[in-house]
Amino acid sequence: MHHLHHDFTTPRDHEKPARVNPGEVGTVDVRPDDPVDLPPPGDFRKQTGRSIEVNIPLLAENNRLAAENREHFKSHGLKVINLVSGPGAGKTTLLARTLKELANSISCGVLVGDLETDSDAQRLRHDAVPVAQLTTGSACHLDAHMIAHGFEALHMHNPQLLFIENVGNLVCPAEFDLGETVRVALFACTDGEDKPLKYPPIYRSSHLVLMTKADIAEACGFDRKQARENLKKVCPKAEVIELSSKTGDGFEQWLEFIRGIL
Amino acid sequence: MHELGIAESALKAAIVEMEKQKAIRILSLTLRIGELAAVDPQAMEFAFKTVTLGTPAEGATLEIDHVAPIAWCRDCSESFSTDSIAFFKCPRCGNYSGELKQGREIELARLELDS
Ligand SMILES: Nc1nc2c(ncn2[C@@H]2O[C@H](COP(=O)(O)OP(=O)(O)OP(=O)(O)O)[C@@H](O)[C@H]2O)c(=O)[nH]1
Ligand SMILES: [Zn+2]
Ligand SMILES: [Zn+2]
Ligand SMILES: [Zn+2]
Repeated sequence: MHHLHHDFTTPRDHEKPARVNPGEVGTVDVRPDDPVDLPPPGDFRKQTGRSIEVNIPLLAENNRLAAENREHFKSHGLKVINLVSGPGAGKTTLLARTLKELANSISCGVLVGDLETDSDAQRLRHDAVPVAQLTTGSACHLDAHMIAHGFEALHMHNPQLLFIENVGNLVCPAEFDLGETVRVALFACTDGEDKPLKYPPIYRSSHLVLMTKADIAEACGFDRKQARENLKKVCPKAEVIELSSKTGDGFEQWLEFIRGIL
Repeated sequence: MHELGIAESALKAAIVEMEKQKAIRILSLTLRIGELAAVDPQAMEFAFKTVTLGTPAEGATLEIDHVAPIAWCRDCSESFSTDSIAFFKCPRCGNYSGELKQGREIELARLELDS
């Protein structure tokens, strides 16, 4: 780059700086003696990057919609129970029996989430209860937005109680607030005593844990005491009820819990 | 858990911020992820590469600040770090706690922008 200087014809004289007298027009060479080389192209990123703190929560959108749902349900005097569990812990069976017990005295509605089929909704068909199936396609959980649409579709008049059967999944439903009043986790005897230790968030985020399929606990060699101890460690504040949707054992306690939140 | 959805939200938020700052490109994103947030860093990295293709964040680096869990005991108001991801035993009173003060964050913490 240096030789460029010498190609210029403008005279340079460091010893004798040009002096411009009044009435004259002079030329002053102000080029630096040794110009700094330009940075090589491509490296401009490092030169101009500026770092800014933003601190934006990324699941905020669901939380915002859940808060809207909660507000909306509250203004209707509606209580909402979100049932969560791994696949097959007995949510649909529990709901079918619960509706049979309650539907004559309480105005209920049901939203059921599943990946594809509407077989759960078919199983829950009840003359007095509107039931909508939410098929989630590939979504492995329900979110607050789906619930808002589902509730609208039910067209309930003076509803008192909405049941939501979440997608059978022990992981994501823990992270998605739906705007429910209470979250109820089902923990089946057939799941094994250690489930709460393996999937703590779903139990930790629940108000009540139902130990389901109590009628076959013995046959499964299920250690009730160990299971309760595990729950006590993971979610010490959650209520625990043992029941069977087959025999109805423990059901009265569950119905009492429901009446308690209405 | 939902790395793809998280990557999409992060990108969306980053582009809004980029435009606000009148920048033209995103050079790096830093996420703040709690160790109990059930986010897998490798799946996150892959999801990020996928969603940023053809956007002003293409080629940007993804950094993750991990946040260690801290539990809180309601019975004696003690905050304490947790060794177990399953249960949190208060070192002061010995009771178990189900509450976390931190460790479940999923946030876009910082951006490096090119203007
Ligand atoms: N013995 C016994 N079996 C039960 C009980 N509750 C449910 N089951 C059986 O467990 C299986 C699964 O029950 P579902 O009610 O379909 O479970 P779910 O949680 O709705 O399943 P997904 O919606 O697929 O996650 C069925 O074969 C039920 O008959 C119970 O209390 N006792
Ligand atoms: Zn079901
Ligand atoms: Zn999911
Ligand atoms: Zn304590």
